[in-house]
Amino acid sequence: MEPFAFSRATDPGKAISAAAKSSTAQQGAEVRFVAGGTTLLDLMKLNVERPTQVIDINHLPLADVERTPDGGLKIGALVRNSDLAHHPVVQRDYAVLSQALLSGASGQLRNMATTGGNLLQRTRCVYFRDTNMPCNKREPGSGCSAIDGFNRTLAILGTSEHCIATNPSDMNVALTALEATVVIRGTGGERRVPIGEFFLLPGDTPQRETVMMPGDLITHVILPPPHPGARSHYLKLRDRASYEFALASAAVVIAVEGGKITHARVALGGVGTKPWRSPEAEQALQGQPPNEHTFAAAATAALRSAKPQSQNAFKVDLAQRCLTHALSTVVA
Amino acid sequence: MSEKKPGEFVEIQLGRRNFLQIVGMTGAASGLGLPVAAHAAAIAAVAHSAAPAEVDGLVSVRFKVNGKAQTLKVDPRTTLLDALRDHLQLTGTKKGCDHGQCGACTVHVNGRRVNSCLSLAAMHEGDEVTTLEGIGQPGNLHPMQQAFLEHDGYQCGYCTSGQIMSAVALMKEPCGPANADVKEAMSGNICRCGAYSNIVAAIQQVRKA
Repeated sequence: MEPFAFSRATDPGKAISAAAKSSTAQQGAEVRFVAGGTTLLDLMKLNVERPTQVIDINHLPLADVERTPDGGLKIGALVRNSDLAHHPVVQRDYAVLSQALLSGASGQLRNMATTGGNLLQRTRCVYFRDTNMPCNKREPGSGCSAIDGFNRTLAILGTSEHCIATNPSDMNVALTALEATVVIRGTGGERRVPIGEFFLLPGDTPQRETVMMPGDLITHVILPPPHPGARSHYLKLRDRASYEFALASAAVVIAVEGGKITHARVALGGVGTKPWRSPEAEQALQGQPPNEHTFAAAATAALRSAKPQSQNAFKVDLAQRCLTHALSTVVA
Repeated sequence: MSEKKPGEFVEIQLGRRNFLQIVGMTGAASGLGLPVAAHAAAIAAVAHSAAPAEVDGLVSVRFKVNGKAQTLKVDPRTTLLDALRDHLQLTGTKKGCDHGQCGACTVHVNGRRVNSCLSLAAMHEGDEVTTLEGIGQPGNLHPMQQAFLEHDGYQCGYCTSGQIMSAVALMKEPCGPANADVKEAMSGNICRCGAYSNIVAAIQQVRKA
């Protein structure tokens, strides 16, 4: 691990001014905020992240979960994954989020990892984590080792010729299906970014994963009020039963009325370079009867633009079956 | 692979018990000695200040470890795990993968289990940390330690400290009654000897007690 200066933030404004001196936003930046530390410390030990300054934000007052006036939920950036997963309102109204959180990592890591930190969780692509190998995300312009290398676990949606790294988060997939909003405070004040606009596709700048700017601090995540009558579900498929990243996952929010699907939100995990919302699948579900035929059509639509690599063509089938199964479960 | 006679098995098992007790005593003894800890921190301070790569000197952290107030001055890079083992000589907590993938380093922070390897010591200002040495000692074992002994919940013993700390924390977490629920809740603790069935049996004994 490279040396760095350590300080404890007592006030968000000062932390933001300090971080604004970085040339990039949080990920890969010279000045980094640390909350749970589960991604950052891991990558600092590998010399993938090499901040010169680490600011501990754990003492900022951002650890509350509160109802919004319109019946939604405002989640502080420092709320731990385990607390959010077991929050009674989350379990009742946003089951998909609770299930996604509990399917991720381990009991220990969920006690550490935070809501804000999970939004910025970095890919598990082995070449990103190995400083001996070229990687455009870690070292722009050095090339992508994964495209012609070990790519079994990597993305089939949203890839580019520069990067095929998967977004590893489960929480982000659920937040995408729930149409969450990320509240960011920066040098220019506060702004609210819909989660669908928060993550960037790799394109030719895979080092830039979100719309965050230097200095930006995620303060909250806001969930809209639950859709009346909707039920939600998260299904995660992986190489072992627990404590493993998704090969494919599906977050679904579905309302059925009078034998027809009246509300459908679908997001996929483990297959995209960002948490993958599928408007194509949602369109295939909207207004249709909730049956196997409809679900199969939605699954086909969701993966139509998939571009498998040499080792991960199986993910097309796997993701389709995952989505079909999640849809069958949520309407059962 | 050789078949063990029952007598030999007992002997080996007693050997492990002794081993665990010796480890436990060493940890407890050094945990009691403030001068020892202060001395270690001073040595660490000299070593770190001599390092040419130092950019910001040492960072001070005050926290409680096993109920005892501690003040350390550490290189900012020091993990909670290294602070416990190298600065406070609480070697009951083990370093396995050092990347949050094995659970050997599990300790409690403010009563909740965490991976001490993925946390900087400096992040624990004001926290209460509990290590294996803090939950039970030889002659006064925690029921979970006793259950691990009774069920032979280990082979080499390296993951055992983390397994026990994880299992003790699990008692206060939402967890269903089935063995499968325990396995899921304990999935962050890897045992490469494969003592999983005995570990689950030990935990279930304490849960049902």
